[in-house]
Amino acid sequence: MHAPVAALRRTLLAALLALPLAALAQQLTVSAAASLTDAFKEIGQMFEAGKPGTTVRFNFAASGVLVQQIAQGAPVDVFASADQATMNRGIEQKLIDADTRRDFAANSVVLIVPAQGGLDLKAVGDLARPEVRRIAIGKLDTVPVGRYTKQVLDSARAVSALEPKFVQADSVRQVLDYVARGEVEAGFVYRTDAALMADKVKVALTATGHTPVTYPVAVIGESRHKALAKDFIAYLQTPAAQAVLERFGFTKP
Amino acid sequence: MSVLAASFDWFPLLLSLKVAAVATLLALVAGTALGWLFARVSFPGSSVLEAALMLPLVLPPTVIGYGILVALGRRSAVGGWLREHFDYTIIFSWHGAVVASALVALPLVLKSASAAFAGVDRTMEAAARTLRQSPWSVFVRVTLPLAWPGILAGTLLAYARAMGEFGASLMVAGSIPHQTQTLSMAIYDAVQAGQNDTALVLVIVTSVISIAVLVASNRYFSLR
Repeated sequence: MHAPVAALRRTLLAALLALPLAALAQQLTVSAAASLTDAFKEIGQMFEAGKPGTTVRFNFAASGVLVQQIAQGAPVDVFASADQATMNRGIEQKLIDADTRRDFAANSVVLIVPAQGGLDLKAVGDLARPEVRRIAIGKLDTVPVGRYTKQVLDSARAVSALEPKFVQADSVRQVLDYVARGEVEAGFVYRTDAALMADKVKVALTATGHTPVTYPVAVIGESRHKALAKDFIAYLQTPAAQAVLERFGFTKP
Repeated sequence: MSVLAASFDWFPLLLSLKVAAVATLLALVAGTALGWLFARVSFPGSSVLEAALMLPLVLPPTVIGYGILVALGRRSAVGGWLREHFDYTIIFSWHGAVVASALVALPLVLKSASAAFAGVDRTMEAAARTLRQSPWSVFVRVTLPLAWPGILAGTLLAYARAMGEFGASLMVAGSIPHQTQTLSMAIYDAVQAGQNDTALVLVIVTSVISIAVLVASNRYFSLR
Protein backbone atom coordinates (compact mmCIF):
# COMPACT_ATOMS: atom_id res chain seq x y z
CA MET A 1 0.00 0.00 0.00
CA HIS A 2 2.80 2.42 0.95
CA ALA A 3 5.11 1.83 -1.93
CA PRO A 4 2.84 3.30 -4.66
CA VAL A 5 2.14 6.37 -2.52
CA ALA A 6 5.84 6.91 -2.01
CA ALA A 7 6.44 6.52 -5.71
CA LEU A 8 3.74 9.04 -6.44
CA ARG A 9 5.26 11.47 -3.98
CA ARG A 10 8.66 11.09 -5.59
CA THR A 11 7.14 11.75 -9.01
CA LEU A 12 5.36 14.84 -7.76
CA LEU A 13 8.52 16.12 -6.14
CA ALA A 14 10.49 15.53 -9.33
CA ALA A 15 7.82 17.34 -11.32
CA LEU A 16 7.92 20.31 -8.97
CA LEU A 17 11.70 20.49 -9.16
CA ALA A 18 11.54 20.41 -12.94
CA LEU A 19 9.18 23.37 -13.16
CA PRO A 20 11.72 26.18 -12.91
CA LEU A 21 13.81 24.45 -15.56
CA ALA A 22 10.82 24.32 -17.90
CA ALA A 23 10.22 28.01 -17.30
CA LEU A 24 13.83 28.81 -18.20
CA ALA A 25 13.73 26.85 -21.44
CA GLN A 26 12.17 29.22 -23.94
CA GLN A 27 11.07 28.39 -27.39
CA LEU A 28 11.06 31.04 -30.10
CA THR A 29 9.04 30.38 -33.24
CA VAL A 30 10.23 32.21 -36.33
CA SER A 31 8.18 32.22 -39.53
CA ALA A 32 10.54 33.12 -42.35
CA ALA A 33 10.37 33.48 -46.12
CA ALA A 34 11.44 30.36 -48.04
CA SER A 35 14.44 32.14 -49.55
CA LEU A 36 15.91 32.60 -46.06
CA THR A 37 15.87 28.86 -45.23
CA ASP A 38 19.57 28.04 -45.28
CA ALA A 39 20.92 31.27 -43.85
CA PHE A 40 18.38 31.31 -41.01
CA LYS A 41 19.03 27.70 -40.02
CA GLU A 42 22.65 28.63 -39.43
CA ILE A 43 21.86 31.89 -37.67
CA GLY A 44 19.34 30.07 -35.49
CA GLN A 45 22.02 27.67 -34.27
CA MET A 46 24.36 30.53 -33.48
CA PHE A 47 21.61 32.35 -31.60
CA GLU A 48 20.79 29.22 -29.60
CA ALA A 49 24.44 28.74 -28.73
CA GLY A 50 24.58 32.26 -27.31
CA LYS A 51 21.48 31.75 -25.15
CA PRO A 52 21.54 28.36 -23.38
CA GLY A 53 18.04 26.97 -22.77
CA THR A 54 16.61 28.70 -25.80
CA THR A 55 15.43 26.79 -28.83
CA VAL A 56 14.53 28.45 -32.12
CA ARG A 57 11.86 26.78 -34.20
CA PHE A 58 11.61 27.78 -37.87
CA ASN A 59 8.62 27.67 -40.14
CA PHE A 60 9.65 28.31 -43.75
CA ALA A 61 7.13 29.00 -46.51
CA ALA A 62 6.16 31.71 -48.96
CA SER A 63 5.59 34.96 -47.08
CA GLY A 64 1.92 35.16 -48.11
CA VAL A 65 1.22 31.76 -46.58
CA LEU A 66 3.03 32.75 -43.39
CA VAL A 67 0.87 35.85 -42.95
CA GLN A 68 -2.27 33.74 -43.44
CA GLN A 69 -1.08 31.33 -40.75
CA ILE A 70 -0.41 34.20 -38.35
CA ALA A 71 -3.82 35.72 -39.12
CA GLN A 72 -5.39 32.35 -38.23
CA GLY A 73 -3.66 32.44 -34.85
CA ALA A 74 -0.54 30.36 -35.42
CA PRO A 75 1.73 30.71 -32.35
CA VAL A 76 4.53 32.68 -34.01
CA ASP A 77 6.94 35.14 -32.36
CA VAL A 78 8.95 36.59 -35.25
CA PHE A 79 8.02 37.10 -38.90
CA ALA A 80 10.67 37.66 -41.58
CA SER A 81 9.19 38.48 -44.98
CA ALA A 82 10.75 38.51 -48.43
CA ASP A 83 8.99 41.72 -49.38
CA GLN A 84 7.64 44.89 -47.83
CA ALA A 85 4.14 44.42 -49.28
CA THR A 86 3.52 41.24 -47.33
CA MET A 87 4.82 42.81 -44.13
CA ASN A 88 2.53 45.81 -44.77
CA ARG A 89 -0.39 43.42 -45.10
CA GLY A 90 0.44 41.94 -41.70
CA ILE A 91 0.61 45.41 -40.17
CA GLU A 92 -2.70 46.46 -41.76
CA GLN A 93 -4.31 43.39 -40.21
CA LYS A 94 -2.83 44.45 -36.86
CA LEU A 95 -0.91 41.19 -36.52
CA ILE A 96 2.50 42.76 -36.15
CA ASP A 97 4.23 45.16 -33.77
CA ALA A 98 5.04 47.91 -36.27
CA ASP A 99 7.64 49.52 -33.96
CA THR A 100 9.83 46.43 -34.06
CA ARG A 101 10.08 46.35 -37.85
CA ARG A 102 13.63 46.39 -39.29
CA ASP A 103 15.15 45.70 -42.69
CA PHE A 104 17.97 43.22 -42.29
CA ALA A 105 18.93 42.00 -45.79
CA ALA A 106 18.59 42.66 -49.49
CA ASN A 107 18.54 40.43 -52.55
CA SER A 108 18.05 40.59 -56.30
CA VAL A 109 15.85 38.77 -58.79
CA VAL A 110 17.44 36.73 -61.58
CA LEU A 111 16.21 34.74 -64.55
CA ILE A 112 17.60 31.20 -64.45
CA VAL A 113 17.72 28.36 -66.98
CA PRO A 114 18.77 24.72 -66.51
CA ALA A 115 22.57 24.46 -66.45
CA GLN A 116 22.47 21.48 -68.75
CA GLY A 117 21.04 22.30 -72.16
CA GLY A 118 19.51 25.57 -71.02
CA LEU A 119 18.55 28.15 -73.60
CA ASP A 120 20.61 31.28 -74.15
CA LEU A 121 18.30 34.07 -72.98
CA LYS A 122 19.70 37.59 -73.16
CA ALA A 123 16.63 39.69 -72.38
CA VAL A 124 13.25 39.25 -70.77
CA GLY A 125 11.77 39.59 -74.26
CA ASP A 126 13.52 36.34 -75.28
CA LEU A 127 11.02 34.49 -73.12
CA ALA A 128 8.51 35.01 -75.92
CA ARG A 129 10.54 32.69 -78.17
CA PRO A 130 8.69 29.46 -79.02
CA GLU A 131 11.44 27.24 -77.53
CA VAL A 132 10.47 28.63 -74.14
CA ARG A 133 7.37 26.62 -73.39
CA ARG A 134 7.05 26.92 -69.66
CA ILE A 135 8.24 29.62 -67.27
CA ALA A 136 8.14 28.92 -63.55
CA ILE A 137 7.31 31.91 -61.40
CA GLY A 138 6.10 32.48 -57.87
CA LYS A 139 2.34 32.98 -57.65
CA LEU A 140 1.78 36.53 -58.86
CA ASP A 141 -0.58 37.57 -56.06
CA THR A 142 0.71 35.83 -52.97
CA VAL A 143 4.38 34.87 -53.34
CA PRO A 144 6.85 37.76 -53.02
CA VAL A 145 9.14 36.59 -55.80
CA GLY A 146 6.00 36.40 -57.96
CA ARG A 147 5.15 39.99 -57.16
CA TYR A 148 8.66 41.15 -58.08
CA THR A 149 8.48 39.03 -61.23
CA LYS A 150 5.23 40.73 -62.20
CA GLN A 151 6.91 44.13 -61.85
CA VAL A 152 9.80 42.94 -64.03
CA LEU A 153 7.46 41.63 -66.74
CA ASP A 154 5.22 44.68 -66.49
CA SER A 155 8.10 47.02 -67.10
CA ALA A 156 9.11 44.88 -70.08
CA ARG A 157 5.43 44.85 -71.17
CA ALA A 158 5.55 41.08 -71.43
CA VAL A 159 2.91 39.79 -68.99
CA SER A 160 0.00 39.14 -71.35
CA ALA A 161 2.19 37.58 -74.06
CA LEU A 162 3.89 35.21 -71.61
CA GLU A 163 0.93 34.37 -69.40
CA PRO A 164 0.01 31.07 -71.13
CA LYS A 165 3.52 29.81 -70.34
CA PHE A 166 3.41 30.48 -66.61
CA VAL A 167 3.60 27.72 -64.04
CA GLN A 168 2.83 29.48 -60.78
CA ALA A 169 4.61 27.83 -57.87
CA ASP A 170 3.93 28.06 -54.17
CA SER A 171 7.35 29.29 -53.19
CA VAL A 172 10.62 30.40 -54.70
CA ARG A 173 12.17 27.04 -53.84
CA GLN A 174 9.64 25.22 -55.96
CA VAL A 175 10.48 27.47 -58.91
CA LEU A 176 14.13 26.60 -58.37
CA ASP A 177 13.33 22.88 -58.25
CA TYR A 178 11.32 22.93 -61.50
CA VAL A 179 14.16 24.69 -63.34
CA ALA A 180 16.82 22.41 -61.82
CA ARG A 181 14.86 19.35 -63.02
CA GLY A 182 14.52 20.86 -66.48
CA GLU A 183 10.73 20.67 -66.33
CA VAL A 184 10.55 24.33 -67.35
CA GLU A 185 12.84 26.31 -69.68
CA ALA A 186 13.22 29.27 -67.35
CA GLY A 187 12.21 30.70 -64.00
CA PHE A 188 12.52 33.80 -61.85
CA VAL A 189 14.19 33.32 -58.44
CA TYR A 190 16.38 35.29 -56.07
CA ARG A 191 20.11 35.36 -56.71
CA THR A 192 20.65 33.58 -53.38
CA ASP A 193 18.50 30.63 -54.46
CA ALA A 194 20.26 30.33 -57.80
CA ALA A 195 23.60 30.22 -55.93
CA LEU A 196 22.42 27.19 -53.91
CA MET A 197 22.06 25.08 -57.05
CA ALA A 198 24.90 26.52 -59.09
CA ASP A 199 25.56 23.05 -60.54
CA LYS A 200 22.01 22.62 -61.84
CA VAL A 201 20.90 26.10 -62.88
CA LYS A 202 22.65 29.06 -64.43
CA VAL A 203 21.80 32.73 -64.22
CA ALA A 204 20.77 34.10 -67.62
CA LEU A 205 20.28 37.69 -66.52
CA THR A 206 19.64 39.92 -63.54
CA ALA A 207 16.14 41.33 -63.67
CA THR A 208 15.47 45.05 -63.56
CA GLY A 209 12.38 47.17 -63.18
CA HIS A 210 11.21 45.94 -59.79
CA THR A 211 11.21 47.63 -56.40
CA PRO A 212 14.31 46.79 -54.33
CA VAL A 213 14.15 43.35 -52.71
CA THR A 214 14.56 44.09 -49.02
CA TYR A 215 13.70 41.74 -46.17
CA PRO A 216 11.83 43.18 -43.19
CA VAL A 217 11.52 41.38 -39.86
CA ALA A 218 9.20 42.19 -36.92
CA VAL A 219 7.75 40.84 -33.68
CA ILE A 220 4.24 39.37 -33.79
CA GLY A 221 1.71 41.30 -31.68
CA GLU A 222 0.47 38.23 -29.85
CA SER A 223 3.92 36.79 -29.18
CA ARG A 224 4.42 35.52 -25.63
CA HIS A 225 8.21 35.84 -25.88
CA LYS A 226 8.53 39.46 -26.97
CA ALA A 227 11.84 40.15 -25.23
CA LEU A 228 13.41 37.07 -26.79
CA ALA A 229 11.88 37.95 -30.16
CA LYS A 230 13.45 41.43 -29.98
CA ASP A 231 16.79 39.84 -29.07
CA PHE A 232 16.57 37.68 -32.19
CA ILE A 233 15.82 40.68 -34.40
CA ALA A 234 18.75 42.57 -32.83
CA TYR A 235 20.94 39.52 -33.40
CA LEU A 236 20.19 39.63 -37.13
CA GLN A 237 21.95 43.03 -37.27
CA THR A 238 25.13 41.77 -35.61
CA PRO A 239 28.28 41.31 -37.73
CA ALA A 240 28.17 37.53 -37.08
CA ALA A 241 24.66 37.14 -38.46
CA GLN A 242 25.31 39.57 -41.30
CA ALA A 243 28.37 37.54 -42.27
CA VAL A 244 26.23 34.41 -42.62
CA LEU A 245 23.68 36.28 -44.72
CA GLU A 246 26.46 37.63 -46.89
CA ARG A 247 27.90 34.16 -47.37
CA PHE A 248 24.55 33.00 -48.75
CA GLY A 249 24.54 35.90 -51.21
CA PHE A 250 22.39 38.48 -49.42
CA THR A 251 23.52 42.07 -49.34
CA LYS A 252 23.00 44.81 -46.76
CA PRO A 253 19.65 46.59 -47.04
CA MET B 1 -22.87 36.63 -53.71
CA SER B 2 -21.52 38.39 -56.74
CA VAL B 3 -19.21 35.43 -57.36
CA LEU B 4 -22.19 33.46 -58.63
CA ALA B 5 -22.40 35.82 -61.59
CA ALA B 6 -21.93 34.49 -65.09
CA SER B 7 -18.25 35.36 -64.98
CA PHE B 8 -17.58 32.80 -62.25
CA ASP B 9 -14.90 30.40 -63.31
CA TRP B 10 -16.24 26.85 -63.55
CA PHE B 11 -13.16 25.47 -65.28
CA PRO B 12 -11.59 23.96 -62.14
CA LEU B 13 -14.78 22.06 -61.36
CA LEU B 14 -15.09 20.65 -64.88
CA LEU B 15 -11.42 19.71 -64.89
CA SER B 16 -11.72 17.96 -61.53
CA LEU B 17 -14.72 15.95 -62.74
CA LYS B 18 -12.81 14.98 -65.88
CA VAL B 19 -9.63 14.05 -64.02
CA ALA B 20 -11.52 12.09 -61.35
CA ALA B 21 -13.60 10.23 -63.95
CA VAL B 22 -10.61 9.15 -66.07
CA ALA B 23 -8.54 8.30 -62.99
CA THR B 24 -11.37 6.24 -61.50
CA LEU B 25 -11.84 4.37 -64.76
CA LEU B 26 -8.12 3.54 -64.88
CA ALA B 27 -8.15 2.51 -61.23
CA LEU B 28 -11.26 0.38 -61.80
CA VAL B 29 -9.78 -1.57 -64.70
CA ALA B 30 -6.31 -1.99 -63.18
CA GLY B 31 -7.66 -2.57 -59.68
CA THR B 32 -10.12 -5.25 -60.79
CA ALA B 33 -7.50 -7.09 -62.83
CA LEU B 34 -4.91 -6.94 -60.04
CA GLY B 35 -7.53 -7.77 -57.38
CA TRP B 36 -8.45 -10.91 -59.27
CA LEU B 37 -4.79 -11.78 -59.72
CA PHE B 38 -3.99 -11.47 -56.01
CA ALA B 39 -7.16 -13.32 -54.94
CA ARG B 40 -6.82 -16.24 -57.35
CA VAL B 41 -3.21 -16.69 -58.37
CA SER B 42 -0.45 -17.14 -55.91
CA PHE B 43 3.04 -16.51 -57.23
CA PRO B 44 6.34 -15.82 -55.48
CA GLY B 45 6.40 -12.32 -54.07
CA SER B 46 2.69 -11.74 -54.62
CA SER B 47 2.09 -10.53 -51.08
CA VAL B 48 5.04 -8.14 -51.26
CA LEU B 49 3.80 -6.78 -54.59
CA GLU B 50 0.30 -6.35 -53.19
CA ALA B 51 1.67 -4.48 -50.19
CA ALA B 52 3.81 -2.29 -52.47
CA LEU B 53 0.72 -1.35 -54.50
CA MET B 54 -0.93 -0.21 -51.25
CA LEU B 55 1.88 2.29 -50.67
CA PRO B 56 0.14 5.26 -52.35
CA LEU B 57 -2.50 5.04 -49.61
CA VAL B 58 0.10 5.04 -46.87
CA LEU B 59 2.64 7.57 -48.13
CA PRO B 60 1.93 11.31 -48.07
CA PRO B 61 0.65 12.58 -51.45
CA THR B 62 3.71 14.83 -51.86
CA VAL B 63 5.90 11.72 -51.84
CA ILE B 64 3.79 10.25 -54.64
CA GLY B 65 4.07 13.54 -56.51
CA TYR B 66 7.81 13.61 -56.07
CA GLY B 67 8.01 9.98 -57.19
CA ILE B 68 6.11 10.71 -60.38
CA LEU B 69 8.27 13.79 -61.00
CA VAL B 70 11.40 11.66 -60.69
CA ALA B 71 10.01 8.70 -62.65
CA LEU B 72 8.30 10.54 -65.50
CA GLY B 73 10.03 13.96 -65.58
CA ARG B 74 12.19 15.15 -68.45
CA ARG B 75 15.39 13.87 -66.90
CA SER B 76 13.96 10.36 -66.43
CA ALA B 77 14.30 7.56 -68.99
CA VAL B 78 10.57 7.37 -69.74
CA GLY B 79 10.01 11.14 -69.73
CA GLY B 80 13.06 11.78 -71.89
CA TRP B 81 11.98 9.15 -74.41
CA LEU B 82 8.43 10.51 -74.66
CA ARG B 83 9.77 14.01 -75.15
CA GLU B 84 12.25 13.00 -77.79
CA HIS B 85 9.91 10.83 -79.87
CA PHE B 86 6.51 12.38 -79.32
CA ASP B 87 7.40 15.84 -78.06
CA TYR B 88 5.13 15.04 -75.14
CA THR B 89 5.62 15.65 -71.46
CA ILE B 90 3.24 14.57 -68.74
CA ILE B 91 4.47 17.18 -66.28
CA PHE B 92 2.31 20.33 -66.20
CA SER B 93 -0.46 18.71 -68.24
CA TRP B 94 -3.77 17.45 -66.87
CA HIS B 95 -2.64 13.93 -67.74
CA GLY B 96 -0.19 14.27 -64.88
CA ALA B 97 -3.07 14.91 -62.49
CA VAL B 98 -4.80 11.79 -63.86
CA VAL B 99 -1.72 9.64 -63.25
CA ALA B 100 -1.38 11.00 -59.72
CA SER B 101 -5.06 10.55 -58.90
CA ALA B 102 -5.24 7.06 -60.43
CA LEU B 103 -2.20 5.98 -58.45
CA VAL B 104 -3.59 7.10 -55.09
CA ALA B 105 -7.04 5.70 -55.93
CA LEU B 106 -5.81 2.31 -57.14
CA PRO B 107 -5.31 0.69 -53.69
CA LEU B 108 -8.93 1.37 -52.78
CA VAL B 109 -10.26 -0.58 -55.79
CA LEU B 110 -7.55 -3.21 -55.58
CA LYS B 111 -8.16 -4.10 -51.95
CA SER B 112 -11.96 -4.17 -52.26
CA ALA B 113 -11.83 -6.19 -55.48
CA SER B 114 -9.35 -8.67 -54.09
CA ALA B 115 -11.55 -9.27 -51.03
CA ALA B 116 -14.65 -9.53 -53.22
CA PHE B 117 -13.07 -12.10 -55.56
CA ALA B 118 -11.81 -14.12 -52.62
CA GLY B 119 -15.37 -14.26 -51.29
CA VAL B 120 -16.93 -15.60 -54.52
CA ASP B 121 -18.25 -19.14 -54.14
CA ARG B 122 -15.99 -21.30 -56.35
CA THR B 123 -18.68 -23.98 -56.76
CA MET B 124 -20.77 -21.48 -58.75
CA GLU B 125 -17.89 -21.09 -61.20
CA ALA B 126 -17.47 -24.86 -61.37
CA ALA B 127 -21.18 -25.24 -62.12
CA ALA B 128 -20.92 -22.68 -64.93
CA ARG B 129 -17.99 -24.58 -66.41
CA THR B 130 -20.02 -27.81 -66.49
CA LEU B 131 -22.48 -25.86 -68.65
CA ARG B 132 -19.69 -25.47 -71.22
CA GLN B 133 -19.01 -21.82 -70.53
CA SER B 134 -15.59 -20.55 -71.59
CA PRO B 135 -13.29 -19.20 -68.82
CA TRP B 136 -13.94 -15.64 -70.00
CA SER B 137 -17.67 -16.24 -70.03
CA VAL B 138 -17.51 -17.69 -66.51
CA PHE B 139 -15.67 -14.59 -65.37
CA VAL B 140 -18.06 -12.12 -66.99
CA ARG B 141 -21.32 -13.96 -66.21
CA VAL B 142 -20.60 -15.47 -62.81
CA THR B 143 -17.49 -14.22 -61.01
CA LEU B 144 -17.76 -10.53 -61.84
CA PRO B 145 -21.47 -10.14 -60.95
CA LEU B 146 -20.89 -11.91 -57.63
CA ALA B 147 -17.88 -9.72 -56.81
CA TRP B 148 -19.47 -6.54 -58.16
CA PRO B 149 -20.81 -5.00 -54.92
CA GLY B 150 -17.32 -5.10 -53.41
CA ILE B 151 -15.70 -3.70 -56.53
CA LEU B 152 -18.32 -0.96 -56.74
CA ALA B 153 -17.74 0.06 -53.14
CA GLY B 154 -14.01 0.34 -53.83
CA THR B 155 -14.64 2.30 -57.02
CA LEU B 156 -16.80 4.86 -55.25
CA LEU B 157 -14.09 5.31 -52.64
CA ALA B 158 -11.57 5.69 -55.46
CA TYR B 159 -13.70 8.36 -57.12
CA ALA B 160 -14.02 10.25 -53.86
CA ARG B 161 -10.27 10.06 -53.33
CA ALA B 162 -9.50 11.16 -56.89
CA MET B 163 -11.89 14.10 -56.65
CA GLY B 164 -10.10 15.40 -53.57
CA GLU B 165 -6.56 14.74 -54.79
CA PHE B 166 -4.31 17.70 -54.14
CA GLY B 167 -0.73 17.15 -53.02
CA ALA B 168 0.50 14.78 -55.70
CA SER B 169 -1.36 16.53 -58.54
CA LEU B 170 -0.03 19.92 -57.49
CA MET B 171 3.57 18.73 -57.76
CA VAL B 172 3.11 16.92 -61.05
CA ALA B 173 0.62 19.10 -62.90
CA GLY B 174 1.28 22.47 -61.27
CA SER B 175 -1.62 24.81 -60.68
CA ILE B 176 -1.92 26.48 -64.07
CA PRO B 177 -5.20 28.38 -64.38
CA HIS B 178 -7.36 27.02 -67.22
CA GLN B 179 -4.96 24.19 -67.89
CA THR B 180 -4.22 22.09 -64.84
CA GLN B 181 -5.81 23.96 -61.94
CA THR B 182 -8.22 21.46 -60.39
CA LEU B 183 -10.91 22.27 -57.87
CA SER B 184 -8.81 21.54 -54.81
CA MET B 185 -5.99 23.70 -56.18
CA ALA B 186 -8.42 26.52 -57.01
CA ILE B 187 -9.72 26.43 -53.43
CA TYR B 188 -6.16 26.45 -52.07
CA ASP B 189 -5.19 29.39 -54.30
CA ALA B 190 -8.35 31.31 -53.41
CA VAL B 191 -7.70 30.91 -49.68
CA GLN B 192 -4.08 31.99 -50.11
CA ALA B 193 -5.10 35.10 -52.02
CA GLY B 194 -7.70 35.93 -49.38
CA GLN B 195 -10.67 35.36 -51.76
CA ASN B 196 -12.79 33.66 -49.15
CA ASP B 197 -16.08 34.04 -51.08
CA THR B 198 -14.71 32.18 -54.08
CA ALA B 199 -13.27 29.47 -51.86
CA LEU B 200 -16.55 29.01 -50.02
CA VAL B 201 -18.60 28.71 -53.21
CA LEU B 202 -16.16 26.18 -54.62
CA VAL B 203 -16.27 24.14 -51.39
CA ILE B 204 -20.08 24.07 -51.36
CA VAL B 205 -20.28 23.16 -55.05
CA THR B 206 -17.73 20.36 -54.64
CA SER B 207 -19.55 18.95 -51.64
CA VAL B 208 -22.94 18.97 -53.35
CA ILE B 209 -21.66 17.43 -56.56
CA SER B 210 -19.64 14.77 -54.77
CA ILE B 211 -22.62 13.73 -52.66
CA ALA B 212 -24.85 13.64 -55.74
CA VAL B 213 -22.40 11.53 -57.73
CA LEU B 214 -21.87 9.07 -54.87
CA VAL B 215 -25.59 8.68 -54.14
CA ALA B 216 -26.52 8.36 -57.80
CA SER B 217 -23.88 5.82 -58.69
CA ASN B 218 -24.64 3.77 -55.59
CA ARG B 219 -28.31 3.52 -56.60
CA TYR B 220 -27.73 3.01 -60.29
CA PHE B 221 -25.04 0.37 -60.12
CA SER B 222 -26.19 -1.72 -57.19
CA LEU B 223 -29.74 -2.18 -58.50
CA ARG B 224 -28.56 -3.84 -61.68
